[in-house]
Amino acid sequence: MPKSRRVQVTIGPQHPALKEPESFLLTLEGEIIRDAGVRLGYNHRGIEKAAEGRSYVQDLYLIERVCGICSHSHSTCFIQAVEEIAALEVPKRAQYIRTLIAELERVHSHLLWLGVAGHEVGFDTLLMYTWRDREVVMDLLAALTGNRVNYGLNTLGGVRRDISTEQKDEILKAVDALEERTRYYIGVATEEITLIDRLSGVGKLSREDAIRLGAVGPTGRASGVKRDARKDDPYGVYAEVEFNVVTSDRCDVYGRTLVRAGELMESYKIIRQLVRAMPEGPITVKAPRKIPAGEALSRYEAPRGEDVHYVRANGTEKPERVKIRAPTLANVQVVSHMLKDGYLADMPIVVAAIDPCFSCTDRMIAVADGRASPGTLTWEQARMHGIEWHRERGLDFADLNRRFAGRGIH
Amino acid sequence: MSPEQQIELNLAKTFPYLQGKIRIQRARRVFVDVEAEHFGEVFDYLVQRAGFTILCTITGLDLGATLGALYHLAQESGIVLTVAIAVPKEAPVIRTVTSTFPAADAYEREMVDLLGMQVEGLAPGNRYPLPDNWPAGQYPLRKDWKPADEPARPADTKESVNA
Repeated sequence: MPKSRRVQVTIGPQHPALKEPESFLLTLEGEIIRDAGVRLGYNHRGIEKAAEGRSYVQDLYLIERVCGICSHSHSTCFIQAVEEIAALEVPKRAQYIRTLIAELERVHSHLLWLGVAGHEVGFDTLLMYTWRDREVVMDLLAALTGNRVNYGLNTLGGVRRDISTEQKDEILKAVDALEERTRYYIGVATEEITLIDRLSGVGKLSREDAIRLGAVGPTGRASGVKRDARKDDPYGVYAEVEFNVVTSDRCDVYGRTLVRAGELMESYKIIRQLVRAMPEGPITVKAPRKIPAGEALSRYEAPRGEDVHYVRANGTEKPERVKIRAPTLANVQVVSHMLKDGYLADMPIVVAAIDPCFSCTDRMIAVADGRASPGTLTWEQARMHGIEWHRERGLDFADLNRRFAGRGIH
Repeated sequence: MSPEQQIELNLAKTFPYLQGKIRIQRARRVFVDVEAEHFGEVFDYLVQRAGFTILCTITGLDLGATLGALYHLAQESGIVLTVAIAVPKEAPVIRTVTSTFPAADAYEREMVDLLGMQVEGLAPGNRYPLPDNWPAGQYPLRKDWKPADEPARPADTKESVNA
């Protein structure tokens, strides 16, 4: 085949490698991608329009559902703007709780990503490990807020749930366990030669291109762009805690892995400080139903990068305009650049490396009422069934369980 | 003098017509109203000489007789300056900023699709975010736009399910 012969291939909008609909038009020369176009919008739900027809409190729940993973990010980013317009003084304790949940959300999101990245390069053991460990933080979030995702924690002027002393202990215990596991993953990422070789040099994005194309979050930071809204434009109580902005100058998928692993460690550091320094006091102030006319721009460092919300109020109980710029929109343009001159087979991991946002809310639910059919299992029964099923086939997890006993990992 | 006040002073000195159009809302938040005809020079000054090298996003607005475009520009220092322009609804034409910020492509296409903005100089490409078969002239984020065939939600859904 002559070298100049180019073929166009459409991938998506439905594609097994990607869990959210987007379409790529790739121009291939052999196995090498020479050009890549992205078509988005398949999941446009009209949330901004819907927000104009609902009250601020209703919008809070609507906007929390922009994303199934960083739901607290969108909810907080939106409420910050509304509170700025209404000139509400959010109590310190409420801000601590918001920031705490924000960091727990980052932990679950980054652990999720680590698993997805492992899966995309055929390292499914990493997926199994990280997603098991992620359950520790998911259980914690469920205990603190009542939900694994879409926490419904924020309200206009504060938060809806307080954190008890016992819960603080639970948080610290879970963070210890997660930190130990994350150290292990950092060990894997820095010593496991197959993983290093598979991710190095893949999805290259130079610092100049990252800045020019507007890369945000870990994608930008892994190309040496030291930008983080928590540091540059502090909100919540980030100005009161000590942490580092993790960067890497590797400019590839491997760098993005190191940055996220490093950010997990920084999150644990932040969570401990928040738990220890959390002041006593009220968790909410009374908020008006009608928000005075005004406008505000809110920035928030979501797990995937900078989230931007603009809110314009017109003096009624409904906003005049709500504009949302999720981090993936800023990064997806970077993707087509990163795909160029790479291998077609690298496409899934390159796309996954910006951590595009997709919903992951499925879980088994324990049926608590009396209407359960005889075939319904509770969560505990289902877990025991799984353990027995494997034991009968010669796989015993008791040894692992012993090793993790007392560390909050089941 | 705070950095925000310094920015206000420099802007008003460089562009005398901006006097009284600059508003410091709080630390790190500045809003500037600019006539559409002056937008290019103010924008270039901010990006090239005042260190506003980050484009957070562009917000499109339906302001009644006009369409608004808010360019949220940020410095590395964390200061965000919002440049607001308004163009008449009958001829809502703005210039693209994609040569300075390639990422503006999606933000500008969004204004084209949802508000009917016309962006001069925007390279041809896929539309975003509406589907390819979306009817022409329908701009969902305009205030007078209502979904044409939104199925009415039956008031007695719950009862009918239980029946």
